[in-house]
Amino acid sequence: MDTILQLINTIVNTEPFRAILYIVGMIIFVALNAAYLVLMERKVAGHVQLRPGPTENGPFGILQPMADGLKLMTKQLLIPDGVDPILFRIAPVLVMIPAIMGFVTIPFSDSIAARNMDIGILVVFAFATINVMGLLLGAWGSRNKYAVISAARVVSQNIAFEIPMLVIVVTMIMISGSMNLHTIVSQQSGGFWNWNLLNFTASPLMPAAFLILFTCMLAETNRAPFDIVEGESELVAGPFIEYSSMGFGLFFMGEYANIVIGCSLTTILFLGGWGCPFGLFPGIHWFLIKLYLLIFTVIWIRWTFPRTTFYGLLNLSWKVLIPISFVNLLITSAMLKVF
Amino acid sequence: MIDYLKEIFYGLKSLFVGLGITIKYFFKPIVTVQYPHETLEMYPKYRGHIELTRNEETGQPKCIVCGMCQKACPSVCISLDGEKPEGAKGKVLTSFILDFTKCSLCGLCVEVCPADAIVFSKRYNLASRNRDEYIIDLLKRLEDKKR
Repeated sequence: MDTILQLINTIVNTEPFRAILYIVGMIIFVALNAAYLVLMERKVAGHVQLRPGPTENGPFGILQPMADGLKLMTKQLLIPDGVDPILFRIAPVLVMIPAIMGFVTIPFSDSIAARNMDIGILVVFAFATINVMGLLLGAWGSRNKYAVISAARVVSQNIAFEIPMLVIVVTMIMISGSMNLHTIVSQQSGGFWNWNLLNFTASPLMPAAFLILFTCMLAETNRAPFDIVEGESELVAGPFIEYSSMGFGLFFMGEYANIVIGCSLTTILFLGGWGCPFGLFPGIHWFLIKLYLLIFTVIWIRWTFPRTTFYGLLNLSWKVLIPISFVNLLITSAMLKVF
Repeated sequence: MIDYLKEIFYGLKSLFVGLGITIKYFFKPIVTVQYPHETLEMYPKYRGHIELTRNEETGQPKCIVCGMCQKACPSVCISLDGEKPEGAKGKVLTSFILDFTKCSLCGLCVEVCPADAIVFSKRYNLASRNRDEYIIDLLKRLEDKKR
């Protein structure tokens, strides 16, 4: 018996097995998240508007995502005349793969992480940026004016919001002195008073920094109230207007995967990752609780605020978020120098 | 500078107020009617197709087979028939057919009826692929209702 356990242990710890486990696990995690976040979105939307949301498929509509997925998969994969044949096919993959790759360094708990890299946070942001590239290529390849306009909006929106986001992240790296996500979480262990959210000794503006990062995450993932990219009334459906079937499905899954990555990162940087708020039983469950509370907030925000205008969006970034994040950076560096 | 900070502060505050309102609604009970599973009672003045009423004491239709409704109907959609059984005082209704495909729900038959034998029904779920389903035998409907 011991030898079998040992054998299993050695197999689990070998490189190819780890890679396979990671890939399969992440694809399942991302797919399930994409499917069930859609249901969650519809349920929350329903209850905010005093109606029940989907109820017909299974109890409380829990089989609705399966029905939606089946419908998407059985639809015809249409490739319109005149599209760029290579870019059009490559774009959904370019959106989906970075979204899955982004999970590679995210520590779900003390021991669960695909790869604990010293440049973890950099890896996440590097891959998150490719997502924009995929949207742009897909829109350009579609040869559709609505798609191109919304791709232009995606790019300008992402450039505008990448700056405050990265400035906040740089601040966080300065505080923890490490780009390793595992280290960043470990430093916040104990209780909620150790979280970076309330780390007033580093900077009194920490809650503001949290709000800025969260706002930027909303904007980067093109979520409401910053979803002018897919403003239905003027742009029909955003950069993936020409896609049908699973091509569209991949864009959609990529979008939700990016929300999950963004919320995971916010949890890790500000809310102490897998640590318990009261210092008891840290573990993956606390990470998931915080993650899904943040995702709930994302959905809650979508069903509360109307869409901003494009000027409002850019003004928010350049006039409010960027100055405040730079002030936060200055204060943090001063505090670090003094204390 | 003060105005700038004030604007940010009040803007942020208004966002949280908005979030507070939606979360309050999130926990409120549902107000919509889940239509196929539950239906609403129709309001009293609703005009469905007409139906016959029954004399509560005898259990027979109130109709006295005077034929006023048939004459009053501008669309000629009512056809009724009656017979006089031996020894009885008045006529007894034997058939009352409504052709609802032609009816415009004007209500003249209801108004003209001297015995108050016709009322509007509250039936509103009417859909069919077959015209014949709207040639309604009201006498049969009344008997079905009794059971």
